[in-house]
Amino acid sequence: MGVSESEWGLRAPANLVSKRAVWQWTVQAGLVWGVLVAGLAVARHVLDNPPGWLGYVLVVAAVVGVVHTVVMPQWRYRVHRWEATADAVFTRSGWVTQEWRVAPVSRIQTVDTARGPVQQLLRLATVTVTTASAQGPVKIDGLALDVAARLVEDLAATTQATPGDAT
Amino acid sequence: MSAEWGRLDARMIVVRPLNELIGLVPPLAALVFLGNFDTWRTVTSVIVVGLILSRGLLSWATTKYRITDTRVELHKGVLFRQRLAIPRDRVRTVDLTAKLGHRLFGLAAVRIGTGHHEKDREGVTLDAVTAGEAERLRRVILRRVVAAEGAPQDDGVLISKLDNRWYRYAPLTMSGLLSIGVVVGFLMNIAHELDLRFSDVGLVRSIFTWVSRTDVGEVVPVVGVFVLVLSVLASLVGYLLQNHDYRLTSHSDHTIRVQRGLLTTRSVSIEEKRLRGAVLHEPLLLRAGHGARVSAVTTGLHTKGGSSQLLPAAPREEADRVAAEILRQPHTPTAAPLTKHPAKAKTRRLVRAIVPTVVIAAFLSLMTVVANWPVWLAVIAIVLIPAFVLVGLDRYRNLGHALTDDYLVSRSGSLDRNTVALQRTGIIGWTIRRTIFQRRARVFTLTAVTAAGAGGYRVRDLGNQQGIELVDATVPDLLTPFLKH
Repeated sequence: MGVSESEWGLRAPANLVSKRAVWQWTVQAGLVWGVLVAGLAVARHVLDNPPGWLGYVLVVAAVVGVVHTVVMPQWRYRVHRWEATADAVFTRSGWVTQEWRVAPVSRIQTVDTARGPVQQLLRLATVTVTTASAQGPVKIDGLALDVAARLVEDLAATTQATPGDAT
Repeated sequence: MSAEWGRLDARMIVVRPLNELIGLVPPLAALVFLGNFDTWRTVTSVIVVGLILSRGLLSWATTKYRITDTRVELHKGVLFRQRLAIPRDRVRTVDLTAKLGHRLFGLAAVRIGTGHHEKDREGVTLDAVTAGEAERLRRVILRRVVAAEGAPQDDGVLISKLDNRWYRYAPLTMSGLLSIGVVVGFLMNIAHELDLRFSDVGLVRSIFTWVSRTDVGEVVPVVGVFVLVLSVLASLVGYLLQNHDYRLTSHSDHTIRVQRGLLTTRSVSIEEKRLRGAVLHEPLLLRAGHGARVSAVTTGLHTKGGSSQLLPAAPREEADRVAAEILRQPHTPTAAPLTKHPAKAKTRRLVRAIVPTVVIAAFLSLMTVVANWPVWLAVIAIVLIPAFVLVGLDRYRNLGHALTDDYLVSRSGSLDRNTVALQRTGIIGWTIRRTIFQRRARVFTLTAVTAAGAGGYRVRDLGNQQGIELVDATVPDLLTPFLKH
């Protein structure tokens, strides 16, 4: 799943995310699929003459939803990793499609933390590292609060020590 | 020091509404000549015009700007007062635009672009000041020193100018077809708004009658030729409007300047220090005619809307020469010999080109049998399959990358082939993306992250080994600590 191929040249980043992130992804996926399936079920009951295919769609959505909600978080947990050295931030994320990102500390512009409702319940946070690029920031999802706080502090300290306007 | 507050030119009270009214002329004319004209609509139109005029007055009255030694400051707004200040060393580009309304009164709008993507996406726009003041602002802002009034005009060193023979490339850009589509869409929209029925217009009705009575074998070629002629004409007109009097110059204050346009003139200044590379655009037809366009990869310019364009459709040799001169290289990196990607990338290009078309063709054939859909839909889909095979093969043939002393070069695409040359020192990070299919095929897609242009430039389907070596060679030390050995 992750890196079983021996010829792949990159090593995995050093740190795992919090084990509670599995619950975060489970709850998030479960909520989305739950709302979708419930909506379809309600539609099927309320409509006077529901079209025949609605039943099939409902069953398919329920099965795919359950499989996704069970498999995706475990898979993600094996893939999501991060590492911050004095020179660079290095992350791996995704599950079916995997993404490795590296951003030099000298080019970092801001470091933020954000916590969604599910993350607040689970005492987790997402750390977002932005550079001058419009391409989208480096995000580390599902970090324990204390780990996230320490990471932000470390990065802020090293970033401030580096001169230049980071473009 | 010009630390005095400046105002927009008072003529703007008229010009801004004028510019907006020019855009409103076709629908208004349609309203007057074709619509069922009633008092209610007249009153509404008068109110709208009044509002537009008073907005022009208010925005003139409330906007002021000044350039101090360190900052460009702008105050504007009535209900929402805005105070913008840009440090002058953050200014990357200055873009002067004069629409028809501006030109009539000798004015120009000045857009000051910064490298910031998150905040004030628009930069700062002064709409508008006199053409002379605009020119002075450009010199002052980019030169970082406050220039004296009436300093000698710097004409710069000419890099390239429009050659009338280039017009032959205009029809190859497909822009004509696109503008026909836009115009038709626009007309349909107006007709819809005004409750016009096409059957009320004699011309449309007679065309419709002709189409419905004539044989398909006759209609298709006639319509085809008509659309072709129209699109060639439209593309020539478009080329004239956009690229009339095109000049690319390099200036002593280390900026390069692009000037072009017939009715709306544009003049874009790019600081050379902020230039991170160039893109060579070769859409299929243009490539077949040995032509190309060139645009800049730079911070502070919108990638959309053509403000980053350095060279319009022109001969390939001219494009190569312009790219080389702009990037200050003896030979353009966009023409560097490219390293091929592994054979698996070919399979992937073919699969991605063929599978969707085959699925669509199968679906349409099924619907023809099951649901009695017209046969010609399925026939077209099946006929297109070989064409997509060719596109897939061409996409693989074009796929490649190169690493020169200063640039990372990546080429991809078939219908719209692009060659990007990105300065290696401008790369501020990497993204390596692998789908489940790519992992099995031992290839990955690399994105070089940069502050300029689109923000990231992709190299598709690199071989695992080849790709990691490329990353490590392009920006030494960044990825080295994360390699396996």
